[in-house]
Amino acid sequence: MQTTPSSLASVAGNRTQRVPGTNLLGTGLETRGVHAWFGKKHVLSDVSLDFAAGTVTALIGPSGCGKSTFIRTLNRMHEFIPTAALAGQVLLDGKDIYESGTDVTKIRLRVGMVFQKPNPFPSMTIGENVLSGLKLAQLKRSNTDDLLESCLVRAGLWSEVKDRLGEHGGALSGGQQQRLCIARALAVEPQVLLMDEPCSALDPGSTFRIEETISELAKTMTIVIVTHNMQQAARVSDYTAFFLSDGGPGVMVETAPTNKIFSSPEDQRTEDYVTGRFG
Amino acid sequence: MRVTQTLGAQSSIPAAREITTKPRRSDQVFRFIVTAGGMSSLVILGLIAFFLSLKGFSVLREEQWSFLTESRWEVLQDGEGKIESSTFGIGAMLVGTFIGAFIAIIVGVPIAVLSALYLTFYARGPVKKFLISVIDLMAAFPSLLFGFWAFIVFMASAEYWAKLINKYLGFIPLFDVPAPFFERSPFIAGLVLAVMIIPIVTAISREVFDQTPLDRIQAAYALGASKLAMIRAVVIPYGRGGIVGGAMLGLGRAMGETVAVYTVLNVVYQINWQILFGAGGNVASLILLKFGEAGPDEVDALMAAGLVLFLLTLTVNALSDVLINRFGKKGR
Repeated sequence: MQTTPSSLASVAGNRTQRVPGTNLLGTGLETRGVHAWFGKKHVLSDVSLDFAAGTVTALIGPSGCGKSTFIRTLNRMHEFIPTAALAGQVLLDGKDIYESGTDVTKIRLRVGMVFQKPNPFPSMTIGENVLSGLKLAQLKRSNTDDLLESCLVRAGLWSEVKDRLGEHGGALSGGQQQRLCIARALAVEPQVLLMDEPCSALDPGSTFRIEETISELAKTMTIVIVTHNMQQAARVSDYTAFFLSDGGPGVMVETAPTNKIFSSPEDQRTEDYVTGRFG
Repeated sequence: MRVTQTLGAQSSIPAAREITTKPRRSDQVFRFIVTAGGMSSLVILGLIAFFLSLKGFSVLREEQWSFLTESRWEVLQDGEGKIESSTFGIGAMLVGTFIGAFIAIIVGVPIAVLSALYLTFYARGPVKKFLISVIDLMAAFPSLLFGFWAFIVFMASAEYWAKLINKYLGFIPLFDVPAPFFERSPFIAGLVLAVMIIPIVTAISREVFDQTPLDRIQAAYALGASKLAMIRAVVIPYGRGGIVGGAMLGLGRAMGETVAVYTVLNVVYQINWQILFGAGGNVASLILLKFGEAGPDEVDALMAAGLVLFLLTLTVNALSDVLINRFGKKGR
């Protein structure tokens, strides 16, 4: 993927960066010296990153650099892989989510996730899919019809599905399914939304719709997105963190406002990557 | 218009070509071997059915539907051992077969599904491996040994449970008894059958649960689901077809089981719906019970009973296919 630095820089520069720190949204998410292992293999080393509330942060880097592993540590999905281990802290509103005695289901309600491959529940209808989080986490909501509509509107899917809420989720196209998954994640009202390459299985049109959705959502929540597509990082994110592995564990090489990463990165390796010299 | 006409004339649609391929010699030979293997099971099954029909036909023609509905199984002989008359009916045995099998399903399937869930989602490491091999071993365990165990060890406890159920739930007709005789009842036979089908239902359910797509499991967890909520929302809908299929296989096994039931059941030629009372029936046990001392006519009647059992098992299997298709597809 050859891209000239100037084009990416201009894409990144053309958008207005969101101002972090609106207190209404909490103080965001921070990681302190996060390491990760699978068995004896050290895959991520000493990552400290701040995700300011109400901003979009893109995690970029070549395959195998640990960025997907990293994003999965942020809502404790990491531990589902047998032999997975972790060191360091992940602070949500200043509180470590790995502290012993933490109810992990409550953490995941506050830190939602959208996966690479759209994964709606095929046994449920479109409407049931959106509200499935309430059922799964046994939350009570008085007016689910309003919630259903608002989630689908925010995910940019309402106009396409409002007349077919009783159909099964599998009947939708891939892009619609992914937006359905976003709507599903929104229904439990998370503070933070993690997106692990949400567009990698989608066509450009659907990708565009999802990027629009991300921009809308960033007004009300903190978003972390892993992407292989640097254009996408430049288009949607306020901050970008560059991850790299030189064969050993992945490290976070550089983090900065997105337009800086794409116009004048500090680290030579970042510049090589964003100008398409490798990766 | 003219343009399209010209075009149409030029591009007349050709007839579809026949697409062929010449298979290699090795492929042809292998195909023959595989086909022979596949057909042989069908042929053997067909021959058994043919044999049973041939032997049982005369009895079925004579008794007609009463063979299924009548409960008498009598051969009357005169003083010199000549057969005067005979009546064959397996009504009580059929009812008994169903009762036993249903008790087995009702008791066995929930236990098996819970075991399968435990093995798939809770057990770890060596414990998991050990339990899986124990359950597989149980599936291969000779049924005679189940029968012995049931007779010597299990029956006394089961009898006690039967008395308890009768004492507290006796007002329900199903649990009532005409006389306080709880030994060798359909209830006990059903429980033994339940123990016998648990391994196979567990193995099949576990296999299906194991294949639950990881992305759906993760989706549920990412929405703040507890393990229980995840299993209910994702695993059970996905595995429903497998549970039904396993239960049906268990049902087939329970209906055809002979020795274990024979050991613990008091076979009586009378339809009995009171499952705690020590009188029941079972087609397979009847065959075992009567075969040794049967004269030629009676053997034919036993073959007819065998044919009925065969058709019954076939029907259950066909039914299971229908059920798996109906319940299995939705969750996938």
